[in-house]
Amino acid sequence: MPVSKKYIEEIKNKARKALDKPAIYGEDIDLKKFQKHIERGKIESLELLPELAKEAALMAGVDVEEKERIGSYLQMDHSVVYKRLNKLYEGKVELMSTNEAVEAYDWLEEYFWRIVQPDTDKYTAQVALNPTHGYFIRILPGQKLDYPLQTCLMIAEGYISQNVHNIVIVEEGAELHIITGCTLSKTDATGIHLGISEFYIKKGGKLFFTMIHNWAENFYVRPRTAVVVEEDGVYVNNYALLKPVKSIQSFPTVYLKGDRASARFNTVIYGLKDSYIDLGSKIIFEGKDTKGESLARTISDHKSVIYSRGDLIAKTEEYCMGRLDCRGIIFSKNSAIYAIPQLISYGANKADLSHEASIGPISEEQVEYLMSRGMTKDEATSLITSGFLNLDIPFLPEMIDKHIKEVIEMTSKESM
Amino acid sequence: MIKKLQEGGIKMAEMLRVKNLHVSVEGRKVLEDINFSIDYGEIAVLFGPNGAGKTTLIMTLMGFPKYKIEKGKIIFKGVDITHMDVSERAKLGMGISFQRPPVVRGVSLRKLLKIVGNGKTDEELLHYAEKLNLTNHLDRDVNDGFSGGEVKRAELLQLLMQKPELVFIDEPESGVDLENIVLIGEMTNHLLGRDQRVKDVKRSAIVITHTGYILDYINADKGYILYNGKLMCKGNPRDILSEIKKNGYRRCATCQ
Repeated sequence: MPVSKKYIEEIKNKARKALDKPAIYGEDIDLKKFQKHIERGKIESLELLPELAKEAALMAGVDVEEKERIGSYLQMDHSVVYKRLNKLYEGKVELMSTNEAVEAYDWLEEYFWRIVQPDTDKYTAQVALNPTHGYFIRILPGQKLDYPLQTCLMIAEGYISQNVHNIVIVEEGAELHIITGCTLSKTDATGIHLGISEFYIKKGGKLFFTMIHNWAENFYVRPRTAVVVEEDGVYVNNYALLKPVKSIQSFPTVYLKGDRASARFNTVIYGLKDSYIDLGSKIIFEGKDTKGESLARTISDHKSVIYSRGDLIAKTEEYCMGRLDCRGIIFSKNSAIYAIPQLISYGANKADLSHEASIGPISEEQVEYLMSRGMTKDEATSLITSGFLNLDIPFLPEMIDKHIKEVIEMTSKESM
Repeated sequence: MIKKLQEGGIKMAEMLRVKNLHVSVEGRKVLEDINFSIDYGEIAVLFGPNGAGKTTLIMTLMGFPKYKIEKGKIIFKGVDITHMDVSERAKLGMGISFQRPPVVRGVSLRKLLKIVGNGKTDEELLHYAEKLNLTNHLDRDVNDGFSGGEVKRAELLQLLMQKPELVFIDEPESGVDLENIVLIGEMTNHLLGRDQRVKDVKRSAIVITHTGYILDYINADKGYILYNGKLMCKGNPRDILSEIKKNGYRRCATCQ
């Protein structure tokens, strides 16, 4: 049974009223520029992707051989071109497009547009009115899988608006790792990626979510994400942006609803060319003994502008602990970093919130130290830079960790 | 060793020649009219009270920009390096052990050693790491949370991979417990090639020491006292040490 028509209509009505509503942060984008609709045919294997697309997928962390993946979901422009779940995991995890899930499950109403509101701004409204898939992933109670599931949202053509809506449900006691690569295979394309993500982590569940963003100079990105974590649940969000983008703005929110729920954000941002980057994380502490951490490392080069936001908001009368650690390095005189940590306590008299924010240059002392070992100034700077961005991220599969490190190294060398 | 071959008026036996060197740090004169030379395979020890300018001298020789050469010349292996940067000097064969090296976050000691070793085998790296009790430190960030002894050993390990021809060592024994002193002493001797028979692996060095403990492990050829920014006397390092132990640096003042 599909989600009720009445509910869908309610969503759309709300959205219609917000079609011209600008977002709180980031430049206002005229969505009328991006009207093209492009459908693509299905492929049998990720290895059969066209060369450019395959390369883009690889760079976004996709394993095209799928050796160490329990399944894959790849969307190109407005079509789901590939979707496969390893047979071993059938009955343990569900994978489909959100459009399909809306048709299949009436109970999806409890998860669909519940923690992200369709009338938040013009971008959520656009997705509510013209959804073009996105993934629906549900892992069944108690299931713990050996490998990550991978998804890739790709754009291969200019002037389109990719309006995806992703829903992830981690049932009680289950554990899941998702790797998502969002990328462009046509690097000079202008367009926009709008992504609604609603993640639900039930009692004792764990979700490790790793996202690699590889955009390009003319591309706009506006994700809208919210996560609910119940009792004893864990959410870990790893995010890397190491390529230029026209502008990106996102401020994912995690609600630590259950007692002892925890969340951690690890964010690595390299601002290149004219990128306008406004990214952050918001953790709301509602349960007792909840714990949240947000670590961000940002480097601004060329003419990039980076806003690095972090909000910790305590709403519980019981103990909770939150920590923000955001550090930036200014690389170029023409770039800018705004580090904006914010701690808010609503009468949470047992809450322990702290932040550490810093912006500074590359340490001369470190550069000279490495130069005395025979490195050139550029080599030393690039090593320090990649070290700075090298957050030791727990639970990250080795391959992805290696991949991110390689990209960081490449980026820091190229930008010298 | 090649001896007394003349080339452009420079003795080939001479590895380093410092001529009339005047150095200031942040506008303050620190070194005045320093003149000395080091031969291939020669180890010189630099004594002197705190603040005399010992560290300034080796930092200047290594080429750190904070140490400004006001006057004079530094010739290394027949090349005028007075205006070369740190990296160029390192590539030419100079190396330094830092007293208090900075932490380099996110970069493992192993990674740094591989870069510094530039093509040397992993076996060699592991062999030296084991000898210096640093196997468990290889995957830690460079110098992050290292104790005094660990810092010294990590510096030595880097130099063993780098293999410079002229090594500057700043107080190898400071902040190090007795057990570590033996290890550091022996490995420093190994670095300088003094425990090997083959002559051509011998390296030259300038070693700064306060206590002189390091002299029990390395067979130093000569000693200097740096006092008040000036190089005062030259002699047998053990004689100089026993003089300092007896009378301190008082007699240097009368020497000026």
